[in-house]
Amino acid sequence: MKTIKQGTYFWQGNEACAEAAIIAGCRFFAGYPITPASELFEHMAKRLPQVGGITIQMEDEMASLGAVIGASWTGNKAMTATSGPGFSLMQELIGYAFMTETPCVIADMQRAGPSTGQATKCGQGDVMQARWGTHGDYSAIVLAPNSAQEMFTLTIKAFNHAEKYRTPVILLADEIVAHMREQVTVPSIENIEIINRRKPKAGEKAFFGSEEVPPMPAVGEGYNVIVTGSTHDEYGVRSTANPIVHRRLVERLNNKIQNHAEEIADYESYNIEKCKIGIVAFGCTSRAIYEATENAEKMGINTGYVRLKTLWPFPEKIIKKLTKSAKKIIVPEMNLKQIFYEVERSAHSSAEVIPLNKIGGGELITPEELTAKIQEVAEEKK
Amino acid sequence: MTQPFLIRKYLRDIEMPFCAGCGIFTVMNTFLRAIHELGHEDLSKFVFCSGIGCSAWIPSPHFIADSIHTPHGRSIPVATGVKLLRPDINVVVFGGDGDIVGIGLSHFIHAARRNLDILAIMVNNMVYGMTGGQVAPTTPFKIKTTTTPYGSFEQPLDAARLAVTAGACYVSRWTTIHQNELRESIKKAMKIKGFRFIEAVSQCPTAFGRRVGFKDVGEMLKWFKENSVSIKQSEKLDEDELAKKIVVGEFIQRQRSTFVDNVYKTIEEAQKIDEN
Repeated sequence: MKTIKQGTYFWQGNEACAEAAIIAGCRFFAGYPITPASELFEHMAKRLPQVGGITIQMEDEMASLGAVIGASWTGNKAMTATSGPGFSLMQELIGYAFMTETPCVIADMQRAGPSTGQATKCGQGDVMQARWGTHGDYSAIVLAPNSAQEMFTLTIKAFNHAEKYRTPVILLADEIVAHMREQVTVPSIENIEIINRRKPKAGEKAFFGSEEVPPMPAVGEGYNVIVTGSTHDEYGVRSTANPIVHRRLVERLNNKIQNHAEEIADYESYNIEKCKIGIVAFGCTSRAIYEATENAEKMGINTGYVRLKTLWPFPEKIIKKLTKSAKKIIVPEMNLKQIFYEVERSAHSSAEVIPLNKIGGGELITPEELTAKIQEVAEEKK
Repeated sequence: MTQPFLIRKYLRDIEMPFCAGCGIFTVMNTFLRAIHELGHEDLSKFVFCSGIGCSAWIPSPHFIADSIHTPHGRSIPVATGVKLLRPDINVVVFGGDGDIVGIGLSHFIHAARRNLDILAIMVNNMVYGMTGGQVAPTTPFKIKTTTTPYGSFEQPLDAARLAVTAGACYVSRWTTIHQNELRESIKKAMKIKGFRFIEAVSQCPTAFGRRVGFKDVGEMLKWFKENSVSIKQSEKLDEDELAKKIVVGEFIQRQRSTFVDNVYKTIEEAQKIDEN
């Protein structure tokens, strides 16, 4: 069995992520065991050698992402997977991958934190860490799947973004999406868009600048590339005191993501032009919005939603659009208001933003709970 | 006829940031001389990985080569990724004692255990030099540093012996006065497969020597010369006497199946199972 063929499969979210990674061209995985991401690691350990790839277990999460970065610099696509505690440890190397413009994918199957928290239970508390976890000024591309199917499609997208923008991309899933088994449809492989990093043309030497996303050489091919996490000029030479070099580099690294926020923004929306009450949700929590919207409509409440597939850069335009009709927006999350403030900021006082939070025990916000909240909000006096 | 050793052909024309009298110059020169004597006219068959600290700057950006200057302590993990996907390339790690056996210690042990096919050269100046002279895992007992102003109350780590225990295929330790031995050691290590570790005890006149009371670099080198003992000589010394000595020589040379070979054999086996 080489790569998966077109067809319908019954996969765990973790498995869908692994198969998608292989289709995207991933040939190296380094990981450290952690619930609830271990099944992805185990599946890669079985599958990557079958396609000529390598899966290794490292001594910790820093080493895992370090090996992934080394592999990426040989011209290969590489990924790692973890959960909250390991994601915290990886922050150092996420910053390094960003600074050195190393494409790679980091899957974080969120569980209930802080710290060890409830290791086997779902949470959505890493939203802000995914955006702001490493030190210094940086920008992150973060995608949030809500089904096994989307684990598949967004994993391919994560690799494509990583290669296109030469940056680490975070697949921010959660325990529920990672562990549940669902039907996954794999389209014809030839029809799946796969993006590969741009390699330098003969004579090109500015591997770290002079254009938005510079070409990326591989080591061992005679480019004499200097890779460093210290501030460096467009040729990779360390420049630790020059203010212009630092400004130019760090602004470009951020701009290459922020200037493409709209292109990166991915979401599903329903009735956002007419609804009076809007819902903004992501990941496992967003699975309740369909039934809740239906329930609300049966009660005569005009409801719509935006389901975010891109969390960062935050898709503020679609939220702004939603606020043109919806004057009340409910934000259900399995954390204590992490995306809520982003929605409130994007709404910019043109709508009232109402949180609906639930943490602990891996308990989902049910369609009934969300329906009740919609009803409560609809009945409130203006 | 071998070409004369012209060090500048391996080096970028970039000013070196190291202090006058730093042992890094000796290690850099000795390494490149060894590479030259092995017949490498350039560094195109090498990828260098280094972490944070003065000695991590030996290859990056000075060597005309591919070099990856990683976060503190993470040179060996990055080297792991590079070597696994490019088994044909010589991967050499440079780092200080703080980088390799301080913050990066677990990576060092695990790379030796796996027998990862890389050469790791640790420049041991017994102190955190770049940050101003703080105590290191290699600082001798009772030595005063900026974070142990009354003398270190920790016992130092013997990195070379640890590498032997962990499974390295070649381990040696020399000081910057043992340039010939160090050069021959590098040449030998380059021809061996598996995890190879060379410790170069080196002088840091700025952040170590002057605080400890050495008047100049010459005094530090004299200290190395007078206190270096061979492995054989060291066997006759008791613990207190040994604590004041630098044990030099080759600690081990052996063959073990390497990580890269084992990984690729596994791929072959997995594909056979899959076909059946």
